[in-house]
Amino acid sequence: MTTYTESIPFMKSKGGRSAILEWMLTTDHKRIGILYFFTILSMFIVGMIVGLVIRLHLFNPAYNILGPQTYNAAFTLHGVIMIFLFVIPSIPASFGNIFLPILLGAEDVSFPRINLLSYYLYLVGIILAVISLFTGKGAPDTGWTFYVPFSEMTTTNVTMAAFAVFLVGFSSILTGLNFITTIHRLRAPGMSWTKMPLFAWSLYATAWIQILATPVLAITLIVVMLDRMLGFGMFDPARGGDPLLFQHMFWIYSHPAVYIMILPGMGLITEIIPVFARKPIFGYKAIALSSLLIAFAGSLVWGHHMFTSGMSDTAIWIFSLLTFIVAIPSAIKVFNWVATLYKGSIAIEPPLLYALGFIFLFSIGGLTGLVVGSAGTDIHVHDTYFVVGHFHYVIFGGTGFAFFAGMHYWFPKMFGKMYNKNVATTAWAIIFIGFNLTYFPFFILGLNGMPRRYYDYLPQHQFLHQVSSIGAIILVIGLIIMFINLFKSIKSGKPVGKNPWGGATLEWTIDSPLPSHNFKEIPNITKGPYNFKGIKADGE
Amino acid sequence: MENSEHKDFLGAKIGMWLFLFTEIILFGGLFLLYSVGLSKHAEDFHKAGQELDVLIGTINTLVLITSSFFIALSITTLRLGKKKITVFLVGLTILSAIVFLINKYFEWTAKISHGIYPDSKHLLELPQGEISFYNLYYTMTGLHAVHVLIGVIILSIVCLLIVKNRITGNNFIVLENSALYWHLVDLIWIFLYPLFYLIA
Repeated sequence: MTTYTESIPFMKSKGGRSAILEWMLTTDHKRIGILYFFTILSMFIVGMIVGLVIRLHLFNPAYNILGPQTYNAAFTLHGVIMIFLFVIPSIPASFGNIFLPILLGAEDVSFPRINLLSYYLYLVGIILAVISLFTGKGAPDTGWTFYVPFSEMTTTNVTMAAFAVFLVGFSSILTGLNFITTIHRLRAPGMSWTKMPLFAWSLYATAWIQILATPVLAITLIVVMLDRMLGFGMFDPARGGDPLLFQHMFWIYSHPAVYIMILPGMGLITEIIPVFARKPIFGYKAIALSSLLIAFAGSLVWGHHMFTSGMSDTAIWIFSLLTFIVAIPSAIKVFNWVATLYKGSIAIEPPLLYALGFIFLFSIGGLTGLVVGSAGTDIHVHDTYFVVGHFHYVIFGGTGFAFFAGMHYWFPKMFGKMYNKNVATTAWAIIFIGFNLTYFPFFILGLNGMPRRYYDYLPQHQFLHQVSSIGAIILVIGLIIMFINLFKSIKSGKPVGKNPWGGATLEWTIDSPLPSHNFKEIPNITKGPYNFKGIKADGE
Repeated sequence: MENSEHKDFLGAKIGMWLFLFTEIILFGGLFLLYSVGLSKHAEDFHKAGQELDVLIGTINTLVLITSSFFIALSITTLRLGKKKITVFLVGLTILSAIVFLINKYFEWTAKISHGIYPDSKHLLELPQGEISFYNLYYTMTGLHAVHVLIGVIILSIVCLLIVKNRITGNNFIVLENSALYWHLVDLIWIFLYPLFYLIA
């Protein structure tokens, strides 16, 4: 074991090769994580702009910013980008890559080269998705779900978009495979499973879903591509196929994928809350176990997307019951976070604010999930704005806020600088208000019968649509302030020491910004990740 | 840390097994389609299955099982330090894979010359269940053949690495993982064979 006396920041060029080549061929988990981080963020910004355009279009019933066909392409693009290119890779591929090995006390992930390959698959997927917009006979207009028979009959460029998603899925599988092996093999000496940070636990549960569910999407998309290109017709009833099977197979992946999105977010929140409550996490084992439970039970509930598609009453009953069961481990987490805060010495800092925003918005999203998950009410709100409101609360209010919380929590560690906390707090407030203004009206619109994905609407829905559109503008302003604050601070922020927040996990024991070699010597773990005894934040 | 000086063989093997899980589920999606097709059109599947050439199917099954035996044997011989025999055995595996693909080629071209292929005029005149059967036949054996082809490429690289002493008796994880992959390809065929050739 070599020891490194001098610590070089991981982003600093080592010279020799050209800097671009050094980044493009890197196998360092931190650099791959940074590549992912900025690619994912740029995808978010593109998706955000498309989303804003959709909202502006809906300001008035006949407000023709977009033509009908362009509108269909726009919500498809918004969905594909946000789901497949932003949310699914978001936390695992960026923060997971950068911090998982460090949290475990390892030098790198188990397969660094496969890690780089996964980044390139993701990148090629993005490029193909962009190409699919401008080639062939028009941009895909199926929605992100690619439902047959429409996706097999439309003349737009669905085949290439499906292939792009296939590649991104493969990239996701490789990340999952890497994380499971890393967690099994590379924990530092003394780090038993119960001394592992809960973020690692949540990535572990996520990785299993990535591995076991993603191939189903892959094969479904392969079949759609074969049907489109060679005329197989495997989902075509006239040729002995069954379109319902597409829905089953699509949701066998895409429902567990919801937990690929939310579990890492939950893990991140679990890291942040004890640090700012200065208290050990409440119910460590319950939180760790609930991650696995969510992953397991969440894989058995796909049918609740299909209550109105034609299913036996027994199947509806069972899927509905299983859906309610998933709420239990999710609630366990929420209660444990709140219990951790109880009687803590709470420091209101931007990461905690985002974390609290997460808990609030995720709770609304989760509870409305029960409304759509129970068969009776779902018939009423199926395919309405209620569903759209529900998943924006869970995915944006949940995973999105967790991602922002992670950005504010680990920013000083990644870049060695502190951002302006007042601006960050203001941005948080604007985002929080804008978010609720944008998406809460969706619930009411949905209950009033506004169907999703419609280009136009009846005049009685106008007021709420306008509230939502104004909210979207506020939301985007907040996001812009947040991003500018962070990007400016990369260069001009105040330098920070090793431990600006007073965290007890391993990343706070090494230099900020992260050194290119994680640890001078591999640490020997003797205490848990949330034991704050003797740990002081810088300047305390 | 052991990983900085030695390779983590167990880690590499865990990674490979996880990858094999994804492969099983990838094919699993098609098995799901097959099972639904069979339950809906049992009669048609029976009739369509009679058209397939059981002899070629059986020969291919034997070829693949034997090749799996060769590759398993090659690990043992490599550990015993018998490099030449190892190269010979891996070569035999590759040869078997190629024989398999040639058989497959003749089988497919024979079907296609009879007008039985997806979207063909003749096929679309058949009952729905038979269309479904042939769609599945081409998709599943096709995806499997792609895996055999990938196996040929991987095993050729492995063969080269053994010749160059990059894979040795002390460092044979690449050979072992390739063998695991090859066994999976074999295993999937063992399920495809009865489902298509013996269903009649």
